[in-house]
Amino acid sequence: MAGIVLERLSKVFPGGVRAVDAIDLEIADGEFFALLGPSGCGKTTLLRTIAGLEAATSGTLRLGDRDVTRLPPGARDVAMVFQDYALFPHMTVLDNVAYPLKIKKTPKQERYARATETGESLSLGELLDRRPAQLSGGQQQRAALARAIAVHPQVFLFDEPLSNLDARLRLEARTFIKRLQRELAVTTVFVTHDQAEALAMSDRMAVMEAGQIRQVGTPREVFRRPASVFVANFIGSTPMNLLPATVADGAVRTGGVELPVPDEYAARLPSGLDVVYGIRPEYVRLDGATGTVTGEVSVVEHLGTAELVTVSTTAGEIRAVVPDVDEPAVGDTVGVTFSAGQALVYRAEDGALID
Amino acid sequence: MTPADVVRRIGFYTLLCLVFASFVLPMLWLVSVPFDAKPSLSVSVPDFTLGNFETLADNPSAYKSLLNSVIISAGSMVLVVSLAALGAYALSRVRIRGRDALLYALLLLSSIVTGTAAIVPLYILLDELQLLDSHTGVVLAMSGGLLPAALFILKDFMDTTPRSYEESARVFGASPLRILVDVVVPIARPGLATIAVWTVVQVWGNFLIPFIAYNDPDRFPAAVRMFTFYTEAGQPNLLLISAFSLAYAIPVIAMYLFVSARYGFRFHGGIKH
Amino acid sequence: MALAEPVEAAPPGPTASTDAAGLGRARAWLFVAPGLVLVAIFLVFPALWTIYLGTTNYELLGERKVSPEFVGLDNYTDTLADPEFHDSVVKTLLFVFGSALVGQMCLGFAIAWMLRTAGVWVRRTVETVVLMAWILPGSIVGFLWYAFLSEDDGTLNAILPVGDSAWLVEHPMWSIVIFNTWRGTAFSMLLFTAALATVPPSQLETARLSGAGGWQQLRDVVLPNIRGHILTNALLISLWTFNDFTPFLITGGEGSEILPIYIYKTALTGQQQLGLASAVSLIVLLINLVVALAYLAMLRRRRVR
Repeated sequence: MAGIVLERLSKVFPGGVRAVDAIDLEIADGEFFALLGPSGCGKTTLLRTIAGLEAATSGTLRLGDRDVTRLPPGARDVAMVFQDYALFPHMTVLDNVAYPLKIKKTPKQERYARATETGESLSLGELLDRRPAQLSGGQQQRAALARAIAVHPQVFLFDEPLSNLDARLRLEARTFIKRLQRELAVTTVFVTHDQAEALAMSDRMAVMEAGQIRQVGTPREVFRRPASVFVANFIGSTPMNLLPATVADGAVRTGGVELPVPDEYAARLPSGLDVVYGIRPEYVRLDGATGTVTGEVSVVEHLGTAELVTVSTTAGEIRAVVPDVDEPAVGDTVGVTFSAGQALVYRAEDGALID
Repeated sequence: MTPADVVRRIGFYTLLCLVFASFVLPMLWLVSVPFDAKPSLSVSVPDFTLGNFETLADNPSAYKSLLNSVIISAGSMVLVVSLAALGAYALSRVRIRGRDALLYALLLLSSIVTGTAAIVPLYILLDELQLLDSHTGVVLAMSGGLLPAALFILKDFMDTTPRSYEESARVFGASPLRILVDVVVPIARPGLATIAVWTVVQVWGNFLIPFIAYNDPDRFPAAVRMFTFYTEAGQPNLLLISAFSLAYAIPVIAMYLFVSARYGFRFHGGIKH
Repeated sequence: MALAEPVEAAPPGPTASTDAAGLGRARAWLFVAPGLVLVAIFLVFPALWTIYLGTTNYELLGERKVSPEFVGLDNYTDTLADPEFHDSVVKTLLFVFGSALVGQMCLGFAIAWMLRTAGVWVRRTVETVVLMAWILPGSIVGFLWYAFLSEDDGTLNAILPVGDSAWLVEHPMWSIVIFNTWRGTAFSMLLFTAALATVPPSQLETARLSGAGGWQQLRDVVLPNIRGHILTNALLISLWTFNDFTPFLITGGEGSEILPIYIYKTALTGQQQLGLASAVSLIVLLINLVVALAYLAMLRRRRVR
């Protein structure tokens, strides 16, 4: 049981690549924490630095009350589950699960007892004497998890835990892992590039770009109030509407239309400022013929029980999510209305949220 | 099929038969004469017997030479596999400066320093080290020549082996030596086996180095002994030579069959000399 | 070599640490050192020593072993003037050109080409037989051909309708050329089989639809596509053949004094002039170097393309 504290942690590779750039982060004990970002953002390097597989160039890393920055990986009391599970192909599942205990010199009887117990708790009881090659993808994942759990580490590190499973299995595994983590209450950090996964599984998350953290918060916070255009673009299954606009007379205007903003912005919008108006398609309505702006429907994409409708207007291309019963036809003229309370305004210059 | 096609097809298969025959003819001796009670240099229908092998067993210089071949092949195999495994692993995993240049230079060197052009200084070297006429000297000399290619092949193999096994064990606290023993060696087994077989085949068949290195006929491996059998004065003892040559050939044939059954004939694009 | 494990993860990027087990540089050097030492003593050192030895009159026995003298470039001038050396060079060129460039390459290619359209069993049988010739130990094939070509009792004389000839004595160069072709064709066959498989079938079909016959397809589609393979193969087998000592096992070196045999004779028979032999060895090593470098350059060019 331990929280994780990173203080100005950096990893610079030979050649000057700042894969992790002076990161400050605090992860609470028992928290399920996601590192989210596009490829190359440094999330995997950060995870590997926490594990000790990469040596930090500067800064400190604390696990619980220990400074582990210079400790070798085996001494940090962490367990890591790799993307390909790394189950040793020449050992049985039981031997795999017991392996970390073997390294820690646990007496033979005890380690096999613990390994068996852990395996059974993850429904691997019948499979313990099989080789990894004889297991299905989902079973292999549980075996890798069992190996990490059996050694009772202070921290779990998961590198893209679900990406090797097929789509259907992935959803089941999400629920399974979340429940498991809750039961074990061990601090867990996992890396993913899938924002839906991060939103669904984590207690809190960090969105990373170019080696730096752009936002830390609960899924709700990050979804509701993305701190920058980058985060706004990255989070959410349907891309957020981001309309370039300018502030004039205290209102946000573009293409001859005033875009409604929440009251709290009233005082904070200096005139003449170039901004980006952000609102999720879920908060855009197509009600009849009138609205804040009208336009012509150009694309309709089927999402299941809803439709993603793209409307061409003078304010730009606006996307709205519409229940399928209200599906408009391509070429229809519709009125677009915004839920003002859900709108966000970003500074065009640096993409930061104005608040 | 038109008549022209038929003729073409017949011509095609006749050609292939000719090719087949021309390759098989010299080898027929090896499969028929060892079992022939009245052996001759030419091939004829054998007067079947297994007696030639008894003659082989009764001839100490013959079977001793086979034993010598086993000794130097096994010794070289152990040396090459262990040194190549350690070296290839380190070169694959750790970034040493000039690593690629070193490997290419070594490979180049071993292709250049080959055959009789290499033996003159080698002979004097073995003499100075008092390793002439000894199995140790021959094993060392041959291993030195085979090691660069072995390193090259094994490093290539290690590069394509995922690192996550080792990293996983490392995060669990295993020491590097532990990781090598528990994780790396078992997973690298196919590569190590290939190198082992390759080394044995190379050493088993090598004539030149044992030819110049050994003086004492009791130490001759089969490659050299075979040569002396048919070039020494007087009529060659065909009863002995036939059985001996088959006994000498079988291990190589067996290894080839084993490797091609297990892995398919792996064409490394130019490693066999 | 399929490893039994689930979908492989992408390696952690070109800049991540590859030292998976935490070996560290010191231990890595420790691992590499023994192999390097062995190679240094038994491969590098002899090669370099050849240079020095070639400038002495070292001999295996007698006074010149105990106190060899520095003779500068005398060994080289003597060699280059020696008619036996010239003869050996000519024989070697014949041997390499005849058995490797013409023999092995053409026969290997022809077999590979023919086997494309043969049935599975035919292909396997022919390939196995050709391969056997290559993998059997040198001493055995040496004897098999000695027996095959034997004047009194050899199989070749037995099956040929013309009178018995002493092939090895009367036609030693032909004997070793044919022998080496037989011996090494397998390598070219395998290489060309692989190379022919890389020729895009669509190109061949385009040619065929245009009316091109077999020979024309070969000339216009196949050969241009595998040109790189032909060159690299030629260089490689030339290098091997140039240094091949196996003909010695058939003729005992009589009438077939290719360079490897010439060096052997100079060094370990007669006066056993190791100094002189070293000089010739160096010449051979330098030629090897040039060919090997050409080979690597060809390979690199092929890979870039």
